[in-house]
Amino acid sequence: MLLNQFLLLGAFLFATGIYGVLSRKNSVLVLMSIELMLAAVNLNLVAFSAYLSNVAGQTFALFVLTIAAAEVGVGLAIVLLIYRNLRSADLDEVDVLKG
Amino acid sequence: MFFLEQAWLVPLIPAVSFLVVLLLGKRLPKQGAEVGVLAVAASFVLSCGAAVQWIQRVDDAEGGAESALGGVLRAFGRSVGRMASEEAVAVVQPVTKSLTWFQNGLVDLGVGIQIDGLAVMMMFVVTLISLLVHVYSLEYMRDDRRFTYYYAALSLFTASMLLLVVADNTLLLLVGWELVGLCSFMLIGHWWEEQPNSNAALKAFFTTRTGDIGLIIGVIMTFFLVQTATGQGSFNILAVNEAAESGEASSTFLFWTAAALMLAIIGKSGQFPLHTWLPDAMAGPTPVSALIHAATMVVAGVYLGARVYPVFYEGFDIAAGGVNLMAAIGGITILVGASLAFVQNDIKKVLAYSTISQLGYMVMGLGVGAWIAAVFHLFTHAFFKANLFLGAGSVSHSGSHHSFDMKADMGGLRKHMPQTFTTFMIGTLALIGFPLMAGFWSKDEVLATADASDYRFFFILGLVGAVLTAAYMTRCIYYTFFGEYRGGDHAHDHAEAGDELVEHHLADDQEAHGHGAHAGPHESPLLLTVPLWVLSVFSVFAGFLNATAFNIEKFKEWVEPRVVFPEVIHPEFDWGKAILATALVFLGVGIAYLYYWRGAGLVDFTERSSVARAGKTLLVNKYYLDDLYTGGVVGSIKGPVARASYWFNQHVIDGVLNTTGAATAATGNLLYRYVDQGSVDGAVNGIATTTGRAGGGASLLQTGRLQFYALIVVLAVGLFSLALWIGS
Repeated sequence: MLLNQFLLLGAFLFATGIYGVLSRKNSVLVLMSIELMLAAVNLNLVAFSAYLSNVAGQTFALFVLTIAAAEVGVGLAIVLLIYRNLRSADLDEVDVLKG
Repeated sequence: MFFLEQAWLVPLIPAVSFLVVLLLGKRLPKQGAEVGVLAVAASFVLSCGAAVQWIQRVDDAEGGAESALGGVLRAFGRSVGRMASEEAVAVVQPVTKSLTWFQNGLVDLGVGIQIDGLAVMMMFVVTLISLLVHVYSLEYMRDDRRFTYYYAALSLFTASMLLLVVADNTLLLLVGWELVGLCSFMLIGHWWEEQPNSNAALKAFFTTRTGDIGLIIGVIMTFFLVQTATGQGSFNILAVNEAAESGEASSTFLFWTAAALMLAIIGKSGQFPLHTWLPDAMAGPTPVSALIHAATMVVAGVYLGARVYPVFYEGFDIAAGGVNLMAAIGGITILVGASLAFVQNDIKKVLAYSTISQLGYMVMGLGVGAWIAAVFHLFTHAFFKANLFLGAGSVSHSGSHHSFDMKADMGGLRKHMPQTFTTFMIGTLALIGFPLMAGFWSKDEVLATADASDYRFFFILGLVGAVLTAAYMTRCIYYTFFGEYRGGDHAHDHAEAGDELVEHHLADDQEAHGHGAHAGPHESPLLLTVPLWVLSVFSVFAGFLNATAFNIEKFKEWVEPRVVFPEVIHPEFDWGKAILATALVFLGVGIAYLYYWRGAGLVDFTERSSVARAGKTLLVNKYYLDDLYTGGVVGSIKGPVARASYWFNQHVIDGVLNTTGAATAATGNLLYRYVDQGSVDGAVNGIATTTGRAGGGASLLQTGRLQFYALIVVLAVGLFSLALWIGS
């Protein structure tokens, strides 16, 4: 089994995620990009688990999925509140902590 | 049993009335008077109920004793009760009821009532006279400037006096004792705008307070008395009496306990040498004098003596006969009071000195072991002396333009005020011990017991007192009701008002009282005369409750404690002594009659005889006791101590204070200039400026934009990763 293909796919997904987080204006898209990064991490975990025949990695991937679900829940709630308060989901508008 | 067990209501009702009158009185149609009268009337009804039930209780016990006069009961009676000379006396326990107030260690302090014959008798007397005084004051105090306040104070007084009476422990008694003292102060100084009144109030307060020191010490000592006897200290009156009876405590300790309590009696009951406040207390309104300074509060001392009698009985060894502190004080007081009553021109002061003298009889009675006689005299005296005081009030209200000066403003009032005259005469006869009147029975019993228990000297003192009493009361009657009316229309011409008391009312008396523009002396309205008649009836008939000559001893049966009580003797009625006493009374009246009516032989006696003149001067100056107290005691303390304190204040305290102040100010200036402004402020400001600048720089990084932060994180991670890669 070739580990490289999985790792390349994971790196591609992670890079796409970082790009999304840094460049997208819409906070929902930023959230989705974070999910992409988490998926990339999961992919790496499962790949290494299969490669090394160690179940711990896959178990850990399951945990990450659960945490990701919870994190999306919290993240969407924050987005919703931002929208309610500012009538927009644009992250550039959210700069009240500017020093 | 309801009335006995619920007797705590009797003081509570006037206490509530006090608050109601004080808070709401001014808004009520009668300015609060109706609340006061109703409350006292309710208490009076409850007291009567208690009296009836107590009598039933005693009679039931007596009945039981008679039906089973077997040896068993006799033996039982010996163990729990007291054995009379021949027959077993049924035991009647007092009714007690108490709550725990608070606990301190093992000591349980309670609030409770102890109702026995003595308490019931006092409750009856206090509520009855208080009720009559409340009614009397409706007219007497009408339009007074502090009418509501007056009724509030009367209610508080009644409540406190009843609390004192029903208390089951000495601490509660002390509370009541102090409260009646306070009410006395408030009421003596009722017209405090005039300096003499407010001085009299202060004098009364401070003088009785001197005695109260004794009470506090005495109460503490009784606590330890109980501790010595039972191992567990207590303020409970029954426990105190038991402890005194038990003989566990040393006789020295008992003596000092009794002496401390005796001081309290001397202060409160106007005994020599602290009696000087009582005549001055006449500055208060007359109904107050009748209630507080004749019938109830001043007998609180006698009541205390009767309440913890075993302490006195054992402490002063009364059974031994001869002489003891209590009898001596009482005996001296009889003579001092009676002799001073001769030189007074103020009718209320005559009565006040008479009260002192009669209180002397009571204390002497206790001192010679005549417990029942003393208490009986308290009972009868309350009626006839209240009668006399209210009579004097009636005279001043309607007869002498609110003056109490017998010589200047009275005389001949017999014709104008027949009802007041009759009741006053009845009161006088009762006071001087005219045969079959109330005072005859009680005074005679005091004297008879004094003689029978080896106190012959005090028996003679009492007889002398009786002669004097008869004479000064005859003088008083002469000046007030006989001769020509001297009042005239100059009612307010009191240029020589050195010693006399003029009662002023708010609306300057002319119109406000509705007596047709002061058309001379006239009879008082019903509100004044009805209480007088009620008291007159008691003055005549109260004595028959214990008419020993006819073998009636109901009072003794009902009132004398059956448990924890020393074995006092009860002499048979002695016709010889009674006739002797009566003859002496007639002698006193006769001499005074000859002197005042006939002017026989002794006219200008005091001017012609140097001895008599010296005597009179001594009396007019009240044995110089007032001068001794104000000049000697107060002056010697006031002058030097005040000067010393002033010097100390000016030089020592002020010096220290000034130096300290100056030094502090100088130090403060130095500190301010160099340390505060220079170092501390500099450092603080420096730090603040630096921080501010640093913050300003750092704040450039805080854009508030999320993605900028994310970029920094990514870059940082990238940099660290690069560093790790290069490093490895």
